[in-house]
Amino acid sequence: MEAIKTMNLTKYYGKSRGVVELNLSVEEGEIFGFIGPNGAGKSTTIRMLLGLISPTSGRGRIFGKQIGQEKKEILRNIGYLPSEALFYSGMRVRDVLKLSADLRRMDCGEESKKLCGRLQLDLSRKVEELSFGNRKKVAIVCALQSRPRLLILDEPTGGLDPLMQREFFEIVRERNRDGATVFLSSHVLSEIQHNCTRAAIIREGKIIACDSVDALAKNNARRVTVHGSVDLSGLDGIRDMQEKADGGGTVSFLYSGEMKRLLQTLSAGQVTDLSVAEPDLEEIFMHYYEGAGNENEPGVKE
Amino acid sequence: MTIVKHELRQGKLSFLIWTGAIGFMLVICVFLFPEMKGEMEGVSDLFSAMGFFTAAFGMDRLNFGTLIGYYAIECGNVLGLGGAFYAALCAVNMLSKEERDKTAEFLLAHPISRARIVTEKLIAVLIQITAMSLVIYALSVAAMTAIGEEIPWKELNLLHLAYYILQVELVGICFGISAFIRKGSAGAGIGIATVMYFLNLITNIAEVAEFLKYVTPFGYCEGADIVANGSLDGKLVAIGLTFGMIGVAAAYLRYVRKDIQ
Repeated sequence: MEAIKTMNLTKYYGKSRGVVELNLSVEEGEIFGFIGPNGAGKSTTIRMLLGLISPTSGRGRIFGKQIGQEKKEILRNIGYLPSEALFYSGMRVRDVLKLSADLRRMDCGEESKKLCGRLQLDLSRKVEELSFGNRKKVAIVCALQSRPRLLILDEPTGGLDPLMQREFFEIVRERNRDGATVFLSSHVLSEIQHNCTRAAIIREGKIIACDSVDALAKNNARRVTVHGSVDLSGLDGIRDMQEKADGGGTVSFLYSGEMKRLLQTLSAGQVTDLSVAEPDLEEIFMHYYEGAGNENEPGVKE
Repeated sequence: MTIVKHELRQGKLSFLIWTGAIGFMLVICVFLFPEMKGEMEGVSDLFSAMGFFTAAFGMDRLNFGTLIGYYAIECGNVLGLGGAFYAALCAVNMLSKEERDKTAEFLLAHPISRARIVTEKLIAVLIQITAMSLVIYALSVAAMTAIGEEIPWKELNLLHLAYYILQVELVGICFGISAFIRKGSAGAGIGIATVMYFLNLITNIAEVAEFLKYVTPFGYCEGADIVANGSLDGKLVAIGLTFGMIGVAAAYLRYVRKDIQ
């Protein structure tokens, strides 16, 4: 079964764009990455899935249940980690975790104790005295202590130190192995690359690519670096051209055209050195982020 | 009832401060009565000749020299205004504070329906104002016993009942407003309570403004009328409670559909 499925999900805040005709499909049991720059619509999407806001148009289902209408049943299966975790002032960590469990009518004492131990969270502190990172840990325990089927994580590692980040993803992967589906929204590329099987890229409210992380990284484009003098005009499929100021006439570009044409062009010039490599995922994302892509981009599935 | 419990815990300090402050002032007022009584007999005539000012507080129609006359004016203002402020503040913050303090995301990500949240929060407000009314009633009776005066039970009960209904009405109205706003809730609450209070003063002064008593809940809390009639004005109470119910209905209708920021 699909854990998350959206059909033309659209949200406008008055006239300003939230997300436009979003079609997402997340299979049960996968770790799905949702990546895009700030303001692209990641949080808007999540808020619609949780029923915090209602879509302007379109529909969505979580474990087959209609978002908005069957909110309560849906939320019973979801652990949500908000990007900015704020709690009721005056409460201690212990009370917040208890409140969260009570709101779910569950006894999560044991699980919560385990998680707090792993994340080194002090239960007796007052939440308003906590640092950003420690507040995040409280939110993590709230999201995980009920052992939900679906974890929705919105920029989960903000404020966590590298050791805690590692521990956190360790826990997330354990949960995934136990069958939980994970929806990981982030603008940190490496998080997606290291943890997710599939990912969607969102920019300006629209999904611009959705594929397995490997496929997103391994598209036809190659990073070509040429030393020497070559006339590259007339060659199609070049982008992100960089000229290195080393005096040797070094140029570097992403090439997604025909390999034969590239070789012909290169052989006509004076090439002293050449390297052709797979571009790293970073480059691909930068390209998507900046919106320089054309419609028939490799790796993009409509 | 998790949210009820949670809200009562969250509102504990505010409850204690308001109840303590109103109760303290009320008790002081009652304790001052024996001293005032002797002087008041002459002063009553003076007051009744002060025109607008005395009319505004109903002092032209109440006898300052009797405990109930004195209580209806002095204590009525303390309990009326204090209680109205507390009820309005408590209710107007109840729903809006979640968004203001950005805790809405935490609360609403739990499997609990919006209607349930509204219901439990409303119950929490009603418990708090009911508890405050009972504590203050008890303090008042105790203070009257302490000064050795005979307690005018009927009038006292009616006065306290009227102020309780006033608080319930304001809770309803402010609770409705709370579902619509995100910020500035405290100002809205205090503002409404204050405006209602002054509308009643105007009603008492100017006969052309008589219709305003149908608008403000202080209309049915007028000590002079209650003492003179020995009953509450059922029509005004019914209108008032209708306003309150409209507020509550608006809260439900709005909150279940609201986009939470």
